[in-house]
Amino acid sequence: MNFIESFRVAVRALLANKVRSTLTMLGVIIGVSAVILLVAIGAGVQGQVTSTIQGLGSNVLFVFPGVINSGGGGGGGGFGGGTGAKPFSLVDQQTLQRQLGGVDAVVPLETAQVTAKYLAHSVLSQANGSTDQGQSVVSATIGGGRFFNASEDDAGARVCLIGYTVKTQLFSNGQDPTNEPVTINGQRFTVIGWYQKVGGSLGGDQDNVIRMPITTLQNLTGNPNVSIILVKVTDSSQIDFVRSQIKRILSPSYGDQITVFSQDQTLGIFNQLLGTLTIMLAGIAGISLLVGGIGIMNIMLVSVSERTREIGIRKAVGARTYDILSQFVIEAVLLSVSGGIIGIMLGALGALSLSSVVPTQITWWAVLVAFFFSAGVGVFFGVYPAWRASRLDPIEALRYE
Amino acid sequence: MPSPVSEDDLNAANASDATGAPSAGPRAVLQLVDVTKTYALEGVDVHALAGVTLDVHDGEMLSIMGPSGSGKSTLMHIIGLLDHPTTGVVRVEGEDVSGMTPNQLAAVRNKRIGFVFQAFNLLARTGALANVELPLVYAGVSGSERVRRAREALERVELGDRLHHTPSQLSGGQQQRVAIARALVTDPSIVLADEPTGNLDSRSGIEVMELLQQLNAAGITVVIVTHDANVARHAQRIVELRDGEIVRDEQVADRLDAAAEMVQLGMNTVSRPANVVDGAGVAGGAAS
Ligand SMILES: Nc1ncnc2c1ncn2[C@@H]1O[C@H](COP(=O)(O)OP(=O)(O)O)[C@@H](O)[C@H]1O
Ligand SMILES: [Mg+2]
Repeated sequence: MNFIESFRVAVRALLANKVRSTLTMLGVIIGVSAVILLVAIGAGVQGQVTSTIQGLGSNVLFVFPGVINSGGGGGGGGFGGGTGAKPFSLVDQQTLQRQLGGVDAVVPLETAQVTAKYLAHSVLSQANGSTDQGQSVVSATIGGGRFFNASEDDAGARVCLIGYTVKTQLFSNGQDPTNEPVTINGQRFTVIGWYQKVGGSLGGDQDNVIRMPITTLQNLTGNPNVSIILVKVTDSSQIDFVRSQIKRILSPSYGDQITVFSQDQTLGIFNQLLGTLTIMLAGIAGISLLVGGIGIMNIMLVSVSERTREIGIRKAVGARTYDILSQFVIEAVLLSVSGGIIGIMLGALGALSLSSVVPTQITWWAVLVAFFFSAGVGVFFGVYPAWRASRLDPIEALRYE
Repeated sequence: MPSPVSEDDLNAANASDATGAPSAGPRAVLQLVDVTKTYALEGVDVHALAGVTLDVHDGEMLSIMGPSGSGKSTLMHIIGLLDHPTTGVVRVEGEDVSGMTPNQLAAVRNKRIGFVFQAFNLLARTGALANVELPLVYAGVSGSERVRRAREALERVELGDRLHHTPSQLSGGQQQRVAIARALVTDPSIVLADEPTGNLDSRSGIEVMELLQQLNAAGITVVIVTHDANVARHAQRIVELRDGEIVRDEQVADRLDAAAEMVQLGMNTVSRPANVVDGAGVAGGAAS
């Protein structure tokens, strides 16, 4: 019997057992698509956070008050720094700015929840305060208008730039918000610029942001604190030197209650935070894969007795071992591969359609692992019992219960 | 369960009487020499066949008879190369099969032997035509030729109008006829039938016997396994088994003719192609 004939026999057998064929394929489809989708979500979220931090440039040092243990849970406060640590103020930023050499910028950052209003529209947003050099550590691009300057910062001028979400919430489509008056926490501000869309991220919308001079924000909230100071180093080979300088300069006021993180360390902290999410997703994905695999196995094993008798019949009328094996291999491969392809398509489609809600990023290793695991289970449990049955005397196969 | 010694002796004597001077008869298409089959069940040896020597002659119709558990099926499976004996020699058309590989045995089954089982053993959810085609698939017959021959075989068993019915859509008698069509589609020299009427009502049973007599009349060697003396009497020769040994081997004096029985029962004897009926000593004469 040649290959084409074996192929026909296999297809005939698959069509004669539509329920079993469908269920087996379903097992592969579920396993493959679930893994692809979940891993895409995990990778997407991680990718976005990473790109945000990397968008700041590799030369940026993150200075937090307090001691954050990069190996443990100390980073739970995120940008808020270590719990109970003495917060930074603008004085510290100014001290660093004056005394540090070899740096492009020393930018203080402070955030607050604010309500912004324009005419009848209002939006709850996050206000980010920084100095005039703040744009050098912002990844969003200005779509129109300008960043605030040093004199506006010194004066605590009520000017602001608005993120894409704020723009769309407050202003009608196509309207240029530049120079428009908005009310923020009851105070009148002038919009001097707006940002293009960045995209969503988990637990927050990066576009729902209002940027203003840090002095203005401090006046607005009455809170003189600075959460974090970003130091942009000119020459990356100087990073370690600058780090030790920062610690030295701040030690009279803070002692060793200072944390200076490089981009990698900051990424590490965030990856730790995202680790829980990733582990959860990977766990669910693994379970789906296992359930799919057990489903396939179950169907294949349940049908062993019927198929063993089928093998007995085929052998009785003259099938050779090779004929039996090629039929079962072709059957299993056809089911597993077509199920795998459908699963990949469904998983990719799901990831694509979810990308408006959650960032997704299809990962090729996940596709490969899921595909080969499911297909492997399908082929193994399709072929192994058949291989055993093909070695029996035909009568033993016919009598199998 | 070993049998009493005295009975064994008696059986042995009978067997040697009955099979005396085997070389004088017609050519043996199948030869069994001192074949035994022993199953080990929970440490106890069950002697399903305790030394069977038997010639099946070319063109004869032979019944293997005996009570349940006497080893009939075991014997048929060994004759049909579906199973191998514990000891002894099996020759098909003079050739010892003990040295054959599984694939060579498969080829012999495919080309020379057709099977009819009590439980039909058709592929489930598969149409009659596809079931009958199956041996031809493994014989390497091309698609269109296969369909032509399978259709012909089904027409021969009066199922030309049920080509695409699956086993579950057919009656027991019809399923057994599909099985017979499958057995004869390769033009085998031997058809082996294990309790072919066992799962059928008497009328379907007679139909099946009539088909088997017809095949035999057309020159095919037919071996029927049955516990039913009436079914056995449709053959020319009866071999009786008891506890795995041949206790009787004799020609049938009052052979039954299934076609005639069908007429008596008021059943339609189906119109056969002339060449099948022609020259058929038994079926043809009595039916007309
Ligand atoms: N696969 C088997 N394993 C163990 N014993 C078997 C097996 N097949 C048959 N036997 C035993 O061999 C004997 C003959 O069985 P069998 O050939 O089926 O008899 P029959 O067809 O005449 O009813 C019985 O005692 C039966 O129990
Ligand atoms: Mg039996």
